Amino acid sequence: MKTRDQIAQSLANAGYIADTELATAISLMQLLRRPLLLEGEAGVGKTEVAKALASVHATELIRLQCYEGLDQAQALYEWNYQRQLLAIEAHRGHADQIEDQIFSEKYLLERPLLAAIRRTVPPVLLIDEIDRADDEFEAFLLELLSDFQVSIPELGTINATSIPHVVLTSNGTRELSDALRRRCLYHYVDYPDVDREARIILARIVGASASLSLQIARLVESLRKEELRKVPGVAETLDWAAALVGLDVRDLADAPEVVHETLMCLLKTQEDRARVTREVSARLLGKVA
Amino acid sequence: MDAVARLVASRLSAFLHTLRDNGFAIGLSEGQDAATLMASSLVQKPGLLRSAFKHLFSARKSEWDRFDGLFDSFWLNKRVRSRSLTSGSSKAANSPSLKSLQDSSAAHSSPQTVTDQVPSSDDTPQEAGGEGRSEGASRVHNLPDVDFRKLSDPDQIAQAHEAAARLAKAMQTRLTRRDRLRQRGERLDLRRTIHRNISHGGVPITLVKRRRKDKPLRLVVLLDASGSMSMYTAVFLRFIHGVLDEFREAEAFLFHTRLAYVSDAMKEKDAARALDRLSMMAQGAGGGTQIGESLQTFNRWHAARVIHSRTCVMIVSDGYETGDAVLLGREMAQLTRRCRRIVWLNPMLGWEGYAPEAKGIQAALPHVDLYAPAHTLASLAALEPYLARL
Repeated sequence: MKTRDQIAQSLANAGYIADTELATAISLMQLLRRPLLLEGEAGVGKTEVAKALASVHATELIRLQCYEGLDQAQALYEWNYQRQLLAIEAHRGHADQIEDQIFSEKYLLERPLLAAIRRTVPPVLLIDEIDRADDEFEAFLLELLSDFQVSIPELGTINATSIPHVVLTSNGTRELSDALRRRCLYHYVDYPDVDREARIILARIVGASASLSLQIARLVESLRKEELRKVPGVAETLDWAAALVGLDVRDLADAPEVVHETLMCLLKTQEDRARVTREVSARLLGKVA
Repeated sequence: MDAVARLVASRLSAFLHTLRDNGFAIGLSEGQDAATLMASSLVQKPGLLRSAFKHLFSARKSEWDRFDGLFDSFWLNKRVRSRSLTSGSSKAANSPSLKSLQDSSAAHSSPQTVTDQVPSSDDTPQEAGGEGRSEGASRVHNLPDVDFRKLSDPDQIAQAHEAAARLAKAMQTRLTRRDRLRQRGERLDLRRTIHRNISHGGVPITLVKRRRKDKPLRLVVLLDASGSMSMYTAVFLRFIHGVLDEFREAEAFLFHTRLAYVSDAMKEKDAARALDRLSMMAQGAGGGTQIGESLQTFNRWHAARVIHSRTCVMIVSDGYETGDAVLLGREMAQLTRRCRRIVWLNPMLGWEGYAPEAKGIQAALPHVDLYAPAHTLASLAALEPYLARL
């Protein structure tokens, strides 16, 4: 088991610049064997946490993207019906053997949840946007997360060979049940502060200088304080930084025109675009450069 | 167990109590895990312990934000704002509208829950609520047409509250029954059909169909709790309490000069405790009504989360806007784009000779789908068929 400082170090090596509390959360995950529930605005890097966690533990990342109508067949397991039918056709007349055969592992399709508990090395299981799934699925998930076993009527109970590191993310489109919340450790992922965002840009964008990163981070910070419909997340900041580096901008103050025109990387609705006029972008630029 | 360990254990359990009193949902397993944490080498500095406990005990953003203050005040004896610690009854005394709510709720709650909170300004014996309930069934029939303002007898008020809660229940059952009738599928589910027919050797005899899942109607209530509405807020709060209890999906907000999210507090089973928790949240009541600004807060911070395609927003207000009426109009226009229907209930519409002349109402009316009176139970009940059609 890794200590908190080791975790912070290996997160940094994995290219994820974490705030100090996240390292605590991850060490608690190991200690208490609870799933981690991440909440926060869209685009603050919730999914990235899981990816970084996978590289901290040097293990595989298994991802289950939730959506409305997601059910057991897509999340847990399903029988390979086509193959079963083919087998029936091919062995016509040997009915007694065929039944044992078609309900064997060979005909079982593993879906993410089943896959996650059958690995020899515990993987990171990312259950993304759990708030998009239905209440029923949430209840089912709760059961799986407490027992880590799955019963398949035709095959019997399958116990976990290893307990995965579970990370759930939620955007808050629906209120999650108290039971699920209670089961998990909770971490709220906020927009990074200027310093951390600058370090993120520096780590992720090849060719970004330290001073440019800091300028970009400051400008985004003050843009977030404007009245916007859709506040830009870290992903947008990175896009914008990449665009600026690609256009060979060294200093924001030298290229106000380019800055204004590339703001489309950050502003994703027509309304926001109209609100940030040339005057506004010049004012923001004046503050940071 | 030595003395130190015992002391730590008792302090820990006291801390858990403090958290529970502040609305954290904490079970036995969290307590055990907390003990594990305190014994582990992971935690040596208070800062680390706080961070660890924060992850373990909080379950949502609001708790996450409050936790540090609670932790510091409990373990480090730092002073924090009293709002998060005291029961809030002192606060309630300053805000006239909420105080009156508590007083009227005292009439129909069990004695022991209110004795230490409510300065009993009405001299009704506490058992009055019990009586009201037992004979309510026969008397409630002649209630619906009486204006809420004219109910003065605590007995009658209690009945009105009961009836409001019952009405909310009745609405929900009827709305769900309607949903259950639609069960025939439209499209064929090929995968499921093949699966179901393996026993027939793959010949599709039983067909499996798929139907679109019906989303239940979600009701979002925004209640004006300003001074001018104080005659009505108590009854509507009781109505909201019933709605939150019974509807599968409902959210409630309270506003006066600012907006407060009250669903969590209102989900408290005991109505009196719910009101107590409400009084903690309401700050600055009684300084006019800023409907526009409250709606702006709603649109910006809550709308994306609480509104989906089958949402009806119900605003209960008299429309006396002390802020900017233009802002109100603009925010109403934005709200219209998001939700399915906006119902504006105005208790004063039931008054004789009332015309909607308040500038707030004037600005909001073009965006409202249904503008209805809500001064009696009958007028509340009349809404039901409208909601059922959404």
